Amino acid sequence: MSTPALRLAHDPALGPAGIAPPQVTGRGAGGPAPKRIIVGYGFWIFLLSDVIMFSAFFAAYAVLFKSTDGGPSAHELFDLRNTAAQTAVLLASTFTCGMASLAVGHRSQKWTQIALLVTGLLGLTFILLEVREFTGFVARGAGPSRSAFLSSFFTLVGCHGIHVSVALLWLGTMMAQFYAKGFRQDIRYRFLCFSLFWHALDIVWVAIFNLVYLVGSLPPELLP
Amino acid sequence: MLGKLNWQAIPFDQPIPLAAGAVVVLALAALLVWLAAKGYMPYLWREWITSVDHKRIGIMYCLLAGVMLLRGFIDALMMRSQQALAFHAAGYLPPEHYNQIFSAHGTIMIFFMAMPFVIGLMNFAMPLQLGVRDVAFPTLNSVSFWLTAAGALLVNISLVVGEFARTGWLPFPPLSELTYSPGVGVDYYLWAIQISGIGTLMTGINFVTTILKIRAPGMTYRRMSIFCWTTLAASLVIVAAFPILTATLAMLTLDRYSGFHFFTNEGGGNAMMFMNLIWAWGHPEVYILVLPAFGVFSEVVSTFCGKPLFGRRSMIVATMGICILSLCVWLHHFFTMGAGADVNAVFGIASMIIAVPTGVKIYNWLFTMYGARVRFSAAMLWSIGFMVTFILGGVTGVLLASPAADFVLHESLFQVAHFHNVIIGGVVFGVFAGYTYWFPKAFGFVLDERLGKAAFWCWLIGFYLAFMPLYVVGLEGMTRRMQHYDRPEWYPWLLVAAVGAFVILCGIALQIAQLWVSIRGRAQRRDLTGDPWDGRSLEWATTSPPPMFNFAVLPDVVSDEPYWSIKQQARAQAQLVTPEPEYTSIEVPRNSATGFVTAFLAVVTGFSLIWHIWWLVILGLVGAYATFVAFAWRDHTEIEIPAEEVARIDRANRAARAAALREGATR
Repeated sequence: MSTPALRLAHDPALGPAGIAPPQVTGRGAGGPAPKRIIVGYGFWIFLLSDVIMFSAFFAAYAVLFKSTDGGPSAHELFDLRNTAAQTAVLLASTFTCGMASLAVGHRSQKWTQIALLVTGLLGLTFILLEVREFTGFVARGAGPSRSAFLSSFFTLVGCHGIHVSVALLWLGTMMAQFYAKGFRQDIRYRFLCFSLFWHALDIVWVAIFNLVYLVGSLPPELLP
Repeated sequence: MLGKLNWQAIPFDQPIPLAAGAVVVLALAALLVWLAAKGYMPYLWREWITSVDHKRIGIMYCLLAGVMLLRGFIDALMMRSQQALAFHAAGYLPPEHYNQIFSAHGTIMIFFMAMPFVIGLMNFAMPLQLGVRDVAFPTLNSVSFWLTAAGALLVNISLVVGEFARTGWLPFPPLSELTYSPGVGVDYYLWAIQISGIGTLMTGINFVTTILKIRAPGMTYRRMSIFCWTTLAASLVIVAAFPILTATLAMLTLDRYSGFHFFTNEGGGNAMMFMNLIWAWGHPEVYILVLPAFGVFSEVVSTFCGKPLFGRRSMIVATMGICILSLCVWLHHFFTMGAGADVNAVFGIASMIIAVPTGVKIYNWLFTMYGARVRFSAAMLWSIGFMVTFILGGVTGVLLASPAADFVLHESLFQVAHFHNVIIGGVVFGVFAGYTYWFPKAFGFVLDERLGKAAFWCWLIGFYLAFMPLYVVGLEGMTRRMQHYDRPEWYPWLLVAAVGAFVILCGIALQIAQLWVSIRGRAQRRDLTGDPWDGRSLEWATTSPPPMFNFAVLPDVVSDEPYWSIKQQARAQAQLVTPEPEYTSIEVPRNSATGFVTAFLAVVTGFSLIWHIWWLVILGLVGAYATFVAFAWRDHTEIEIPAEEVARIDRANRAARAAALREGATR
């Protein structure tokens, strides 16, 4: 064994002290990753778990899709105009959320607040459109306890809606934090997580838009 | 005002739960009074309840698991004695109470004994073995623990306020639907498991991030200890499987609370979808439990054989193979559903294939022992007991994986014997091995070996006496969960099984005695070197118990067995070869009451959801949000340990090690 093995410890801040070429932190021999990477990485893992939870609701929807129990089917219920408006609003909010990230990068309090406010208003519009759709269904006697199909529909889409609502609460808290504490490092990391969450909800919506609304609006004879 | 809650919820007419509940409440009150009188409360609050240190949290997890083991074991004793008495008789437990007991036994043993115990060991040992100072998200770790404790508390509240589920450890619909289970029992189950399940999911996320992103310099994947590998595999399975549990329980909750039709008989619901969903979580769950136990055995066997683990790389491949296969076999829990011969055959073969990587592991442990000078300490005895017992459980598992055999043995006591065989022989022996092995690291003194070995023999003999008869009566056609029976050929076997349960009780009594004796005699049992077993991985490189920051400077890893190679070098040169490092101040996260407050609010919210006290639900949720905001608003999240303090602690550690080295050289 040569000398490197004799070195028992070293200060991580100084790097591996000449015994090896400098390494990337967080990978292999490089020592712990920086905080920003750890926070982002952990949140990605959370998002993966969240997507798995959604996939369970998607699976339940697929299994129960035809279990209408004599009640209304997807084809009779869905109004694609409402869905189109919801999709447009949500995708626009993703754009403004991206603008907020840029504003945070430039440390602009004014534009951060404006971009987040617009994001929040668009998100709120999305929720209101969803509530209007849901109350419309219930008024037509197509509430979640009407049939297994409607139970799974309300749960899947409603779970996404609850996620967006929680994200709105988070967004308001984020705005207050930026306002009160400024662009402090830990708050910027939280904002990183928030924007990841917001974009992930968009991706889930794209799946709902396609698999629930577009497929559901097809005439029954076209479905397998 | 109080929803469904009224005085009828307290079972005044049932003396057993009422007396048991009264004893628990009195014991808790006495404990609190004693703590307050001794003035320990501020210490407990400061050093434990609000601690975000992974070692403290790990110890609290193990403590919770130990207490819940006692609770679950009392249920087991009641069941065994009921079946010993209920031949041509009613026994002493009425059916509705007996049903609650087997449901509570399974729920507690899996969710609040086995899970907290393995998570506790992972929490304690994994960051130390990686050579780092804490997990990725220390405060989240504390929240996870307290949420698990909140779930455990809810299950135990059900003992005296209301009732627990009578639907088994997994609430199969349609029995668990409101039509057939109108009481609050299933609701207790749902909210307790939902709350603790969220805690477990957060733990999984925390551990995956820690292992993949926070390791000491030089700690490449191939140099990670096997325990860290199995922790990684188990945590990945947690992240993949627990969200399915959350979703499934949410669906059943909606069925019960809002008249949805996921699993009902009416409205087009599909009860078999529950089976698929719950077992898509449930089967991976058993690997979440047993993989960390495999990791403990790998550490213990290698240490007490004084050899590197045989086939390290094949061990890693086998671990990750099990990690993936565990998610592909869930259907073998309901072959009798009638999915057809093709589907059953695919899942049967997939289930049998898991025996291959598991067999690889068994051979690796055996070959590590081959030719070694084995030290038969208590931890090693648990490991050997595991190898023998677990193989038996594995073989009956392969037998059950054959759909044809499963059709005969489904829901029989043969199956009950099988899963107790793998859970006790695998997980419980594993956590006891880990408890014995890491106890000196956690508390700075070793446990009494003689009592530990006696406890092991009681457990081993008791296990065989209690469960081998169940294989026999299972083959003779006895189904599980029978409150009484009239078949004379089963009776003697069930008497033997009851005797076995009482032999295990002796084992538990010996373990409590061991703890008592060891604490009383701790002055003579001190581990002064931090390395009582001549260990090989990094947790033995620091003091026992380790300082808050674990390592004064992060170790530089150069081999598969980092601490062993450090010792080899030092022994070869008969001196500590490193010069004293330059100490710098260390920042550690500040304590936080967030976890405790969140759990308190979770208990309040869960309890009021169970009893339909809606205003309190809203209050609890608002409180939870306020807690998060308060946490987010903190300005000082870390405290600094000055360099002089770090130096003082580390110099003492180096002096003790140098002394041990001199002693070793003269030996």
